[in-house]
Amino acid sequence: MILRVCLAAIGSLLVLAATPARAERLIVSVSNHRVTVTPNYSGEELVLFGSVEKDASTPATRSSYDLVVTVSGPRADMVTRRKERKFGIWVNTDYRQFLNVPTYLALFSNRPFDAIASPEVERRQQLGLNNVLLTQRVGSDYADVVPNDAFRSAFVRLRAEHGLYREETSAVTFLTPTLFRTGIPLPAAVPIGTYDVEIKLFADGVLITKTETAFEIVKVGFEQFVATTARQDGFVYGLVTAFMALMTGWMASIVFRKD
Amino acid sequence: MQLYLPIADIPVNVFLILAMGAAVGFVSGMFGIGGGFLMTPLLIFVGIAPAVAVASVASHIAASSFSGALSYWRRRAIDPALALVLLSGGTIGTALGVWTFTLLRSLGQLDLMIALSYVVLLTTVGGLMFWEGLRAILRARRGVPVPMRRSGSHGWIHGLPLKMRFKRSKIYLSVIPVITVGLIIGFIGAVMGIGGGFILVPIMIYILRVPTATVIGTSMVLTLVTMVFATMLHAVTNHLVDAVLALILMVGGVTGAQFGARAGQKIRGEHLRLLLGLLILAVGIRFAIELVIRPDDLFTIREAGGAA
Repeated sequence: MILRVCLAAIGSLLVLAATPARAERLIVSVSNHRVTVTPNYSGEELVLFGSVEKDASTPATRSSYDLVVTVSGPRADMVTRRKERKFGIWVNTDYRQFLNVPTYLALFSNRPFDAIASPEVERRQQLGLNNVLLTQRVGSDYADVVPNDAFRSAFVRLRAEHGLYREETSAVTFLTPTLFRTGIPLPAAVPIGTYDVEIKLFADGVLITKTETAFEIVKVGFEQFVATTARQDGFVYGLVTAFMALMTGWMASIVFRKD
Repeated sequence: MQLYLPIADIPVNVFLILAMGAAVGFVSGMFGIGGGFLMTPLLIFVGIAPAVAVASVASHIAASSFSGALSYWRRRAIDPALALVLLSGGTIGTALGVWTFTLLRSLGQLDLMIALSYVVLLTTVGGLMFWEGLRAILRARRGVPVPMRRSGSHGWIHGLPLKMRFKRSKIYLSVIPVITVGLIIGFIGAVMGIGGGFILVPIMIYILRVPTATVIGTSMVLTLVTMVFATMLHAVTNHLVDAVLALILMVGGVTGAQFGARAGQKIRGEHLRLLLGLLILAVGIRFAIELVIRPDDLFTIREAGGAA
């Protein structure tokens, strides 16, 4: 865990351009690399800030940049089910399994994705919730489907209702032509784990460079201890709970004893 | 005061849950039942996943039935032999119930089955109790004495082999129906998150003909052991028991039960049955409405192997 935090910190401080042929370099950092979720945590916002470093080989004509920030949380398999009316009652019938999809996904940019790049680039660079790859298992096939597929759009919509999937095309603000910042809202129900942040720099509809950083969300306190024990030590947990029940019952019979 | 429930994975208001526990405890103390059939639906209605509600209520019922069983034990109102035979069926039924629960959950049909079983069981039992209570009141009003229930139609149960003498209850009865009853109660208890007292007591009185003196105490022992067993099995197989939720419910429940018991003594028996019947019927109908009206959202997401 410590190693991961260190790596994340180093990763964010010493970020090098992925494509050295290009002239720009991105330097980014997030306000906090380790978010602790306590029992009364009600959501928080991280801030990502950075700058675009130019050098001598930067074309002088290049005036404005576009940025797309993708934050993806720990991955998991999820099932989306659809209810249908059968014999007069509503029953879960059809379902799709989404494989290894992010439990949290946020896409931020400084202007609408279709203004930043062509549809082809949007698809290839996975810009926007409609273009992010969400692998489904359909029978024995593994594939993503068209964005307007009923299960896919329901999945994205339900995650968005909980604040876990979001897309904001005005969240990234340029403070100067090269200095930028964006907020990363983390709702109360945020899943714990490592979050990858990918920052892509575009100019004139072309990806110039990209960089990555990461942060970690950990839950602390009694509640987390209970949740971990329940998962890892079901037997001991069951015994303790049963014993607690018996003690409560016994205490009550003493406190309220009438005879 | 908001508190985050570790297993249910949602923040809840502690006082709301405490008040729910106390209200259900009051009702359960008043009618001498465990109250699981009210507690589980209430938790589902405030947004706790049905699977977590069922598993957590099991430990809540264990607490309230233990405090009840202790006081009945002091009054020697428990038949140990009868309890043991019931339990041999009850533990098997509970294990089968938890297994069925796990299976249904993996098929995505658990919520539906919980709702359907509630509709069928509660409307039937509630309807019968309501009808019975109503008839008793009408009879009393017309001045007709309440007829004593005489034996007759249940003769075949007493003709079964493997008879055994239950000394404290002073009955001589085959173990087959006793084990079967234990099995059924254990099964529905584990699947539906109820103690089953409101079904077990009438069955024991009217079908097994156990004298009323030992009925409630003995049924509480069965409830206690099956619910402790169900808590263990749910914790080991499904990891769905929310101990924090259970503790709040227990504290509210055992307190409310004391006041309920006092209130219950002031109401006449047939009125009590009529009220209980109405209450059970209302919960059943609430579930039925939920099933037939179109849900707000036809889609649901579930993390593979997660609680919500």
